[in-house]
Amino acid sequence: MSWPSIKSIANDVNSGKTTAKSLVDQALKNIESSSDYDAIISVIKERAYARAEEIDAQVKSGKQAGKLAGVPFIAKDNFLVFGNKTTAASNMLKDFDAPYQSTAINRLEAEGAICVGKSNLDAFGHGSSTENSDFMITKNPHDVTRVPGGSSGGSAASISLQLVPFSIATDTGGSIRMPASFCGVVGFKPTYGLVSRSGVIAMISSTDTLGPIANNVEDASLVIEVMSGKDELDSTTIDLDDNNIASLDAPLPHPRIGIIKEYLDQGLEPDVKANIESVIAKLKDSGAEIEEVSIPSLPLSLAVYYVLCPAEVASNLSRYDGQKFGYHEKDAKNLEESYKKSRSNGFGKEAKRRIMIGTYVLSSGYYDAYYKKAQIIRTKIIDEFNQTFKKYDFLIGPTTATTAFKIGEHSSDPLSMYLTDIMTVAVNLAGIPAISLPSGFDSKHLPLAVQLMAPQRQDKKLLSYAKQIEGLIVK
Amino acid sequence: MASTLTRDEVIKLAHLARIDIAESEIDGYLRELTQILEYVNQLSEVDVDGLKPTNQVTGLSNVWREDKPIDYGYKLDALLQNVPEVSGKYIKVNRMIE
Repeated sequence: MSWPSIKSIANDVNSGKTTAKSLVDQALKNIESSSDYDAIISVIKERAYARAEEIDAQVKSGKQAGKLAGVPFIAKDNFLVFGNKTTAASNMLKDFDAPYQSTAINRLEAEGAICVGKSNLDAFGHGSSTENSDFMITKNPHDVTRVPGGSSGGSAASISLQLVPFSIATDTGGSIRMPASFCGVVGFKPTYGLVSRSGVIAMISSTDTLGPIANNVEDASLVIEVMSGKDELDSTTIDLDDNNIASLDAPLPHPRIGIIKEYLDQGLEPDVKANIESVIAKLKDSGAEIEEVSIPSLPLSLAVYYVLCPAEVASNLSRYDGQKFGYHEKDAKNLEESYKKSRSNGFGKEAKRRIMIGTYVLSSGYYDAYYKKAQIIRTKIIDEFNQTFKKYDFLIGPTTATTAFKIGEHSSDPLSMYLTDIMTVAVNLAGIPAISLPSGFDSKHLPLAVQLMAPQRQDKKLLSYAKQIEGLIVK
Repeated sequence: MASTLTRDEVIKLAHLARIDIAESEIDGYLRELTQILEYVNQLSEVDVDGLKPTNQVTGLSNVWREDKPIDYGYKLDALLQNVPEVSGKYIKVNRMIE
């Protein structure tokens, strides 16, 4: 089966045509029958049914239950959610019970959505394939010998498998867009600060964003509208001039779009290259004015990212000391030994690598050469984006240089795995919104996708244009 | 910037990060960390004259509030439920000083 639009599901619940309970039944049945894909870490059953009962009772008593009434969803397992464990797919947090819920989940619940499960990821978000999950590797629904992308591989696979109408995830260097691309679904990364990070396990605080993975742009817009907006618990949150993101703008007849030259030079697979060219031709036919544009510092973005990332990761993971929560090694003769034993056994290899690199680039003597230098080049990249956006409404490129790769293809070489993020990280450094849209299939029948980018705070304009073209480019 | 990481530095980094690594793992980490540092070393050649570092991207300024506790509904019991060892409402840890 495939799920109807979120709007129509919520309408059916609010009008009593269907019940939240039957939707939860369906979602849990789907999760069970797709367990071979290892997309889901844990199911939230009891709480989901309790919430469904509440919503159905509300409707019965004549009240509306919200924009997302009864709509089941899956959250990446780095969102703090009541009802089951929150693990970040790590041994460190394998028994962790959320003491409070993330703001994003609270907002979705306030509009009637029901979280039915937690999806797999690379532990703590460190990776591009879910192979760094401490628990299991999610299989790509289009080819089970391939990865679903990452780090939000479980969230993207969940939509590809039609387990639920939407999932939510985090995007720190591409972790929503990249798996959405590999799994053939829509993934939206908003402007930095649009969605509160409160209650989401921190990875890179200066680039962490939260957003939806969905079947189509309209569904994604509705979810982001509900999740977004200022939150006292995250002082980096922003409001847009118009927070009604889901009431999309009228079509743009002649948008100006820049195709980023540097993205075409990044060793694209022939099918990926042919696809972006065909998408550009279709957009031109539909009235868009498209030309090649250069962002000269873009090729540096991955190196900048892989300095800032381990630095912030090392800081954010320092809280896992085995004393306050998380994996705890009891057998230690003093506190330092307990720290060391707990961290060594709780963290996987990739977390340790990043912690050590981060410790190195932040250490005295290397701080200026690495961390500060990366922050300065980040400024350069942002300046170049700002200059470019003076001339263009949107920028476009492929979301990834290749389609889904084989399980094991990059897992023994950390740097080659990092390089798979080459097309997505610049967006995070600049804090701008971007969306990955399915754009057909390659000769191996694997999904292809394009990435559309807009200036900061133009999330609504970006989603509006994405909706305008999604049907066109997928043909 | 083009410094080379040494085996001793890997051992020191692991200690600073409070991670134990086995003798047999050191060379593996040395190889992987060196490869990553060599990749990011390309930044050393970039001319950045006159540019300032970016700490945040959306033009934020400091957010001040009065130094008063705000009740966000967090419950002490819930916050303590994940603590490995508690004593009353305190977190119990190993001895710090021998």
